[in-house]
Amino acid sequence: MEQRNGNPVLQKVAFVRGDGRSPSEIRHISARLGVFGQADGSAYLQQGLTKVLATVYGPHQPRGKSAGNMLKAVKGIVNCQYSTAVFSFGAGVRKKRPRGDRKSQEREQQLRHAMEAIINLELFAKSQIDIFIEVLQVDGSEFCVAVNAATLALIDAGIPIKDYAIACSITVADDVTEKDEEGAQDGGSLIDANWVEECSPGFTLSIVSLPKVVDETQTQSSLILAHGAGRRLHLSRLEALRQRALDACKDIRDILDAVVRNHLHTHAAIQSVEK
Amino acid sequence: MSAPLVTSFYRKTRNGIFKVVREHYLRDDIWCGSEACNKCGRNPKTILLDDENPGSKSKLFKGPYYLVLDTNIILNQIHVLEENIFCNVIISQIVLNEVKHRSSNVYKKLEELIGDPSRKFYYFMNEHHKDTYVTRVPGETVNDRNDKAIRAVAQWYNSHFKSQDINIKTILLTDDVGNKQKAKDEGIPVYSMKDYVDSLENAGFLIDKLAKIEYALDGDNRPPLFPCHLSPGQIHDGIKSGKLLQGSFIASRENFLEGTVNCESLDKFILIQGREALNRAIDGDTVAIELLPEDQWSAPSDLVLLDETEEDPGDTLDEDAVLEKITVPEAEKQPTGRIVGIIRRKWRQYCGIIQKNPLKDNTRHLFVPAERKIPKVRIETRQAETLCHQRIIVAIDSWPRNSRYPLGHFVRALGKIGDKDTENEVLLIEHDIPHSRFSDEVLSFLPKLPWVITDLDVAQRRDLRHIDVCSVDPPGCTDIDDALHCRDLDNGNLEVGVHIADVSHFIRPGTALDKEASLRATTVYLVDKRIDMVPELLSSNLCSLRGGEERFAFSCIWEIDHEANIVSTDYCKSIIRSRAAMTYEEAQLRIDDKTQNDSLAKSLRGLNDLAKKLKKKRLANGALVLASPEIRFQVDSETHDPIDVQAKQMRDTNSMVEEFMLLANISVAKRIVEEFPECAMLRRHPEPPQVNFDPLIKAGKHQGFEIDTSNGKALAKSLEAAVKDDNPYFNTMLKILATRCMMQAVYFTSGMVQEAEFYHYGLACPIYTHFTSPIRRYADVIVHRLLAVCVGADATFPDLLDKKRSHALCHNLNYRNRMAQYAGRASVALNTHLFFRNKIQDEEGYILFVRKNALQILIPKFGLEGTLYLSRKDEKSAVTFIYDAEEHTQRWNDVTFRSFDQVTVQLSLDRTNVQHEKLVFKLVKPEIPGFSVPACSATPNERNVEDVTEEIKLESVTLEEPMITDKPVTAAKRKSDSFEEAQKSTPEAEQVKNKTSRNRRKKRKN
Repeated sequence: MEQRNGNPVLQKVAFVRGDGRSPSEIRHISARLGVFGQADGSAYLQQGLTKVLATVYGPHQPRGKSAGNMLKAVKGIVNCQYSTAVFSFGAGVRKKRPRGDRKSQEREQQLRHAMEAIINLELFAKSQIDIFIEVLQVDGSEFCVAVNAATLALIDAGIPIKDYAIACSITVADDVTEKDEEGAQDGGSLIDANWVEECSPGFTLSIVSLPKVVDETQTQSSLILAHGAGRRLHLSRLEALRQRALDACKDIRDILDAVVRNHLHTHAAIQSVEK
Repeated sequence: MSAPLVTSFYRKTRNGIFKVVREHYLRDDIWCGSEACNKCGRNPKTILLDDENPGSKSKLFKGPYYLVLDTNIILNQIHVLEENIFCNVIISQIVLNEVKHRSSNVYKKLEELIGDPSRKFYYFMNEHHKDTYVTRVPGETVNDRNDKAIRAVAQWYNSHFKSQDINIKTILLTDDVGNKQKAKDEGIPVYSMKDYVDSLENAGFLIDKLAKIEYALDGDNRPPLFPCHLSPGQIHDGIKSGKLLQGSFIASRENFLEGTVNCESLDKFILIQGREALNRAIDGDTVAIELLPEDQWSAPSDLVLLDETEEDPGDTLDEDAVLEKITVPEAEKQPTGRIVGIIRRKWRQYCGIIQKNPLKDNTRHLFVPAERKIPKVRIETRQAETLCHQRIIVAIDSWPRNSRYPLGHFVRALGKIGDKDTENEVLLIEHDIPHSRFSDEVLSFLPKLPWVITDLDVAQRRDLRHIDVCSVDPPGCTDIDDALHCRDLDNGNLEVGVHIADVSHFIRPGTALDKEASLRATTVYLVDKRIDMVPELLSSNLCSLRGGEERFAFSCIWEIDHEANIVSTDYCKSIIRSRAAMTYEEAQLRIDDKTQNDSLAKSLRGLNDLAKKLKKKRLANGALVLASPEIRFQVDSETHDPIDVQAKQMRDTNSMVEEFMLLANISVAKRIVEEFPECAMLRRHPEPPQVNFDPLIKAGKHQGFEIDTSNGKALAKSLEAAVKDDNPYFNTMLKILATRCMMQAVYFTSGMVQEAEFYHYGLACPIYTHFTSPIRRYADVIVHRLLAVCVGADATFPDLLDKKRSHALCHNLNYRNRMAQYAGRASVALNTHLFFRNKIQDEEGYILFVRKNALQILIPKFGLEGTLYLSRKDEKSAVTFIYDAEEHTQRWNDVTFRSFDQVTVQLSLDRTNVQHEKLVFKLVKPEIPGFSVPACSATPNERNVEDVTEEIKLESVTLEEPMITDKPVTAAKRKSDSFEEAQKSTPEAEQVKNKTSRNRRKKRKN
């Protein structure tokens, strides 16, 4: 149980979040690989109530605008599409455009960066890999789930990767204005925020990391995205937040890794039976 | 952690009804909290429930037991629960949540209880426990479901212990009949609060503290006295449709049957008159009101009316005799309404005294709160005999329709009436001033003694020890936070330095010390006591810039030419050694004594000259000079009783120090806002709305003066011009009135307010802050930190740059400041009473206001304001004054009283009612046969002057702080806020909020 200050009631209680988790607990994860036969690789990932579908096509020969100059390139390219289903927000809100808005474009960029970091693109000269993300249901941290799902889909597609790209969000809740908001009392940080926590005042960092690479090389670099801001984060707090998110990323990696291995086992078993 | 449960529910919003789906995790690692239990994962740190009962024994059951409380018990009986006879209590999550939603006051207390390990209140997360979570079945209300959840907790605990063969019973306490019955059916031991408390051994005193919810006086069924309150739904609809208005209710200080409501949507206050229209609202409540048709509008009556009934008059309303309908002139009519519902109660605990029931052995008594705005409260107690000589605290429980007074219960006693400590305690509690000892945790952050300056410190600071710095303060001041120097530069200009104690060096952000200081926000000065913001080691020693000692300072150094224009400004952290800690008098002597020509004297003379030029410039700019009489108490050195009072003297040196403090504050304000446009802590003084000036303009007009209030400059000018030769005090009184029109100056965060509103009206400067008194004001500490970042002497930290946090902090600072100020005034009032205990004295006074049945008299000598009643409802006097409502005069034969007239009054303390001493004013001059009293020939019995070793000086009682003030000192050696504090207004004036600016802000938000 970590040290908390302020509210005496909550000093004694570890599970302060509205849904019963402790600040450092992630939500329940379930995943399936190979949900589409048609695509080269696909995965369905569910973290809490956030549900994301990722599909991978490729590597294949470049198509579209970039096709012309791509033929000379020495590295392959990754093309991402990030789309949020219009129905994904539940009854209250309806998203007008599933993709193409500024936020989605930004996320496409970030996702591409993350994927480029794990794929050995030199192996795929003059070719293109398409990654399609469809967010089916939103309950917070959807970008992070999307990154994780994309990783799984790449694995399913059999594309060699350096490490899992794992994303996890960390929310710094603000306890001045919304003292009563559950889970926000200590001004501390919450791992893997759900929708309610994301909406509470404060801000959310989404951190994408390659947990194994970080462990082995002790690098300081991970991809950090901030959103839900409007509030500022003091630089002195960043390192601690990054570290906590990184720990959570490792947990998520272990879970996903188990899923992948399990999938391969059953897959191999099925194939051997078929033979 | 087991798999999540997905719950869904429907939520109604403005746009319709939506389905909301949430995850809800049930856990298997939540511990029951009992020491006896071996089953749950045991965490010795959180053992909370004993296996034996340390609390009181109950006759109802043998053996140890735990209590599970229902929400209604906590909401209604929190004061009983605060008694440490209640131990081993399980508070379930559902209960805590319900309490949080229903009453934040009770919630805070409950939180404290849970936080206190000795009380053994265990917070049980039943909603996330896999065995105690209950689902809501279709058709069940939320309340029923919650009751079910609470029963489930009790049930689970019982079976949990049973399965382990532990002989601990878990008992459910509830006052809800339905819940109780259901619990019985389910086999859970259940009792009502009353039954339980009755069963406790030697807990008779607790029964007094049980909240009174039901009420019947003498068992008769008279028709209710008050109209019904509307239901929340009706109020909501009414406000939505515009039929009703919402606002906060402000009871009148002078007339208990009158009050006003401040509605956001209206520019004017809405008047509420009469007991039925007030409809059980208590000062501070948020109420719903209905406007009366325009032909029923009225004006505030000029009556000064106190609820003085000595006995409980029973439940009758007799107001008609008091408040007869009078026709009011059309012009003075004010929107009038009646209260139809209470939206939110703002009840707190009240200090006061018991007015004993004349019938012996009757347990019902009336409680008279110290705060005049609060009505009397009916309480029930068996200890009246002992309590009637004590100050006690009472909480209000309810106010039923058939009761003339609200019902409450006794909370605790403070001590004997008239006892100085008790009275001070009352003062501090009534003004919500944190005054407990500093906790050990706070003290742990103090520097260790002996404190030495290290080489590292020297390297980081500018060494100014070679400069001749000195401090000028009131006599006996121990918390010296500013020192000055002035010397010639080679280029002919002057270098002036203001050195402020470097408190932020010792108080590091985020420490317990810092938190405590930010909570206290300000040092509070009472006549004979000082409640420090920071522990004494800092306030009177390490931070205090004492003469001859090396101290850390934050210096602000200017290059100034001889015409007092600033050439350049520099800020730095420094080390200084003050050559001398002088009093104003000493400094004045040095300046005046032409034979002294050492560097200190020269420095002082230079400062003095510059200060005069600075002041002239400021006044030319339109800065206001307001006034109020200032007095000093002379106290007996042993008993601390005041012996004499006298007006205080003003010296040049007072205004000299003040000018440079202003200059430093303004310079620093500019600097920090430049660096931190979003989160600088500043201070502003809004321009009062023109309606505030009405009394001033009217008063001026009666005397033939035109007061121009269109802007600060014009006001300053016309105030200066209004001088009457035959009444030298007239100008001062006018300035006193002007002070009352002012708004309160407030701290704010630069990012939260438009730049145009930074303006400081009283000082006529576009930007201002507080930098110069960090020892006794927390705002200054923040400003120091900001400035330190600006000059690269310190690093930022998250909260400093967070504009919302900073905004919340400002809110607290403003609140504490206001309270500290009221407490200071109340303390003076208290000492004035003590002063008049054994004497009757004739004093010169002036009429401040003419009321319908009384004159408001100001005694400049004591800075005291009081009421001289001209007629009383119960006595027929041969002299009946005729009141002229147009001219505001009172006339009897050839004697006419007008505002500002000089009178002589006799002051005495009415001690007939021991519990409620009052200062009585009687007229001496002009003589009116049959009304005035003869002058008391005997001069007040003089005490031996040698007794007087300490001098106390204080500002006026009900009047504002003077515009020009040096640092007033209490016996505890007080320093006052610098000059700009002067605009602090009376509570009345302060209620008049700046509506226009608020509305504007609202618009911007939209």
